[in-house]
Amino acid sequence: MPIHIIDRRLNPGGKSLENRQRFLRRAKSLVQGAVKKTSQERDIKDVLEGGEVTIPLDGMHEPRFRREGGTRDMVLPGNKKFIEGDYLQRSGQGSAKDSGPGEGDSEDAFRFVLSRDEFVDLFLDDLELPDLAKRKIAQTESEGIQRAGYTTSGSPANISVSRTVKLALARRIALKRPRKEEIEELEAAIAACTDEDERTELLAQLEALKAKSKRIPFIDPLDIRYRRFETVPKPVAQAVMFCLMDVSGSMSEHMKDLAKRFYMLLYVFLKRRYKHVEIVFIRHTDRAEEVDEQTFFYGPASGGTLVSSALQAMHEIVRERFNPSDWNIYAAQASDGDNSYSDGELTGLLLTEKILPVCQFFAYLEVGESGGSAFDLSDSSLWTLYERLRNSGAPLSMRKVSERSEIFPVFHDLFQRRETAQEKAAP
Amino acid sequence: MTERLFEGADWDFRTLQRITDACEEVALKDLGLDVYPNQIEVITAEQMLDAYSSVGMPLFYKHWSFGKQFAYHEASYRKGLMGLAYEIVINSSPCISYLMEENTATMQTLVIAHAAFGHNHFFKNNYLFKQWTDAEGILDYLDFAKNYVMQCEERYGRIEVERTLDAAHALMSHGIDRYPGKKTLDLRAEEKRAGRRRQHEEEVFNDLWRTVPAGKSKTRSALSIERRRKLLGLPQENLLYFLEKSAPRLAPWQRELLRIVRHIAQYFYPQSQTKVMNEGTATYVHYRIMTALHQRGRITDGNFLEFLGSHTNVVFQPEFDDPRFSGFNPYALGFAVMQDIERIVTNPEDEDREWFPDIAGKNDVMGVLRDVWANYRDESFIAQFLSPRLMRHFRMFHLHDDPEERAGIRVDAIHDDRGFRRVRRELARQHDVGYIDANIEVVDVDLSGDRRLILHHHVIKGSQLNETDAKRVLQHLADLWTYDVSLIEVDANDKVLREYVVSPRPIPAAVA
Repeated sequence: MPIHIIDRRLNPGGKSLENRQRFLRRAKSLVQGAVKKTSQERDIKDVLEGGEVTIPLDGMHEPRFRREGGTRDMVLPGNKKFIEGDYLQRSGQGSAKDSGPGEGDSEDAFRFVLSRDEFVDLFLDDLELPDLAKRKIAQTESEGIQRAGYTTSGSPANISVSRTVKLALARRIALKRPRKEEIEELEAAIAACTDEDERTELLAQLEALKAKSKRIPFIDPLDIRYRRFETVPKPVAQAVMFCLMDVSGSMSEHMKDLAKRFYMLLYVFLKRRYKHVEIVFIRHTDRAEEVDEQTFFYGPASGGTLVSSALQAMHEIVRERFNPSDWNIYAAQASDGDNSYSDGELTGLLLTEKILPVCQFFAYLEVGESGGSAFDLSDSSLWTLYERLRNSGAPLSMRKVSERSEIFPVFHDLFQRRETAQEKAAP
Repeated sequence: MTERLFEGADWDFRTLQRITDACEEVALKDLGLDVYPNQIEVITAEQMLDAYSSVGMPLFYKHWSFGKQFAYHEASYRKGLMGLAYEIVINSSPCISYLMEENTATMQTLVIAHAAFGHNHFFKNNYLFKQWTDAEGILDYLDFAKNYVMQCEERYGRIEVERTLDAAHALMSHGIDRYPGKKTLDLRAEEKRAGRRRQHEEEVFNDLWRTVPAGKSKTRSALSIERRRKLLGLPQENLLYFLEKSAPRLAPWQRELLRIVRHIAQYFYPQSQTKVMNEGTATYVHYRIMTALHQRGRITDGNFLEFLGSHTNVVFQPEFDDPRFSGFNPYALGFAVMQDIERIVTNPEDEDREWFPDIAGKNDVMGVLRDVWANYRDESFIAQFLSPRLMRHFRMFHLHDDPEERAGIRVDAIHDDRGFRRVRRELARQHDVGYIDANIEVVDVDLSGDRRLILHHHVIKGSQLNETDAKRVLQHLADLWTYDVSLIEVDANDKVLREYVVSPRPIPAAVA
């Protein structure tokens, strides 16, 4: 009996991937809730590593007709001391025992592991940059591949079989290449032929046909066609995000930590969701400097506070590098709200005159001391100033944060997809 | 003939070939087994997880519930809560056995003997499998099902298809024919049949019918209950079949989906009835083959000891008060009964002669066993062949738990002369699908009124349906039926215990 032994190990994996995606899609709202819940308890770096989530089984439950209760009979192994007619005490309540061995009903929560990508995707799913309006063809990056007919040269993977065969067929017909049936017919005729002369003639014909079919190949290199692809540039929205962080002496470690967490999240969000977003990091004390991300997140600094310095720096960078007619400009500022008294006016002026007119969106995050509810204290000088600006219609969003666990909700809140606003804007 | 099959734990594909040849020699010549051609495939752990999530089949249609299975298995496997099986075997011709790549050479020998010969013989010869499955056609059919579901998703949308499949899955355990019909199953013809169904629809379609003014509908009060039930083929316990044939507003493709789920449920029906026998057979066969290979010097003492270690784990039966206990281990029970049959046939005692006059001392072990494997299922197998000696060995006893009984759970019978027959009957009943599955059937349709579908659940021993689940399943049923559905739970005296009524959910988009 023939036995086939096959090595399947090299087969492409991920056969269940599609089913898994269907499952995730179906459980999306549940998983998303779980993801947000888990991420509040964890460090940002861990959040981005993916991990285990638990969702209630309820929405994903597959019901079956199951029976329960009633009189039960069971045969068990391992009798040690019972004899017929003995009574055993029920342990605890009868119902507790019922739910034990039953099928599937003990798993009321469903635990499984999400990969890093799945986790972050779900986590950031409903976020976006608001008002990404200015679209322009980016100079450097052109993406998108499109079919563009056929070509006579290319990589073997791109051979178009149907086109090649079609051309070969046309060429064979045009050159009158003898068909297999013709040759067979002739061979049959020769086999049936009795007359010697006719036979020689037929043989000659056969030779000729065979020679011809050998001369004219079934498929000629000339026939081969490759599918051609070309890249097309796609319009992309260019955007730049300015991260302005106050690192002055009045910011406690806790506040800095909060601010950094916020920017870390913002950074990940932008990196993952938008290919064409530039990020500019500006930190300031009483003077501002543009720094790289390493310094921004990890470098130490201290000093007084002049918010206007950061705004001035931003303004200069915009003027030098980001033409407001081509770029969507965003800014997020984090501060404890302290500003030197004399700087208030200049800050307000810079914002209203220079910054806000070119910005699509400006988010301000005020970080506070742990435990201290933001509402107890009187509003900081910066908050008062910004509130006044917002009330006069500037595109400003402001939030206060004093606990780590608030970062995620606030972040979500700030960058929540705003369906209604867009719908209004669309028509 | 003392050439070793392999040395140590390593193996390559030539080793597998040698092992299979050696196993085959023992299986066919010594044991007289009759098997489908074998196809042995080596797979990785990830592929094994894939197979787990599609009920062990190499290909299956796409559905989210399999993704849920996969996520669940993967999570517990990664945490080390769950080990993976050494093999999976598929009842098909050729019989496909999947072997894990991590297995040692000894383990590969064990699983080849177990799956490629033990299970394989059982699949090919047991009457239930012959009656209910089509080993030749199953893989083609699954391929058809997969493509059909995919096409439906393209044509009618993923959501619609998913809704129908969800409903069908909920009713899957009640989509089985329990009595053999007139026709034998030919899964290969199914694809053609589905095509014909569509073609017929297209041929007889005539848009004019839609415009014909409806006459006065005849009063159907004359239609007697008897006649109506006969027309609809009632009572019908195969709910999926009933819906496929009689649900008034299903689209043809939905009927086809129900049919696919029904066929797959039917394919697995014999497996659920023969767990003990199937595993018992495979375990018995691997034990015989491994012993024979060892006796002939084809495997070393060390390899044989390794085998015995795994074998002992497989047939381990914890006692009822052991924390590891979770019911009877089908491997242990099946293997023990089959070894016991071997003993009765070759070396019977007086008790055995009294209990098993037909086979005691017959001396043809394999003849008797092959007959057993071919003609029994778990319930009849236990009822027939569980010997008093084995009941004493397992120290079996029967508990009767009546919630009404204040004193507690009664020990009804133990492994003594008075109890043997009762214990055996009760254990057999535990393996009888007739007792395990709820007995639900369609009894009537109110054709003259609101087209309500009426089902009965015949309650056995006071065990009623779980309420939440029952409501959800009935919701699915009502969605397919598109009119109200009521389920009445009746006891043996036709007393109504409980009634569920469920209305269909409105369908968001019109279904063609």
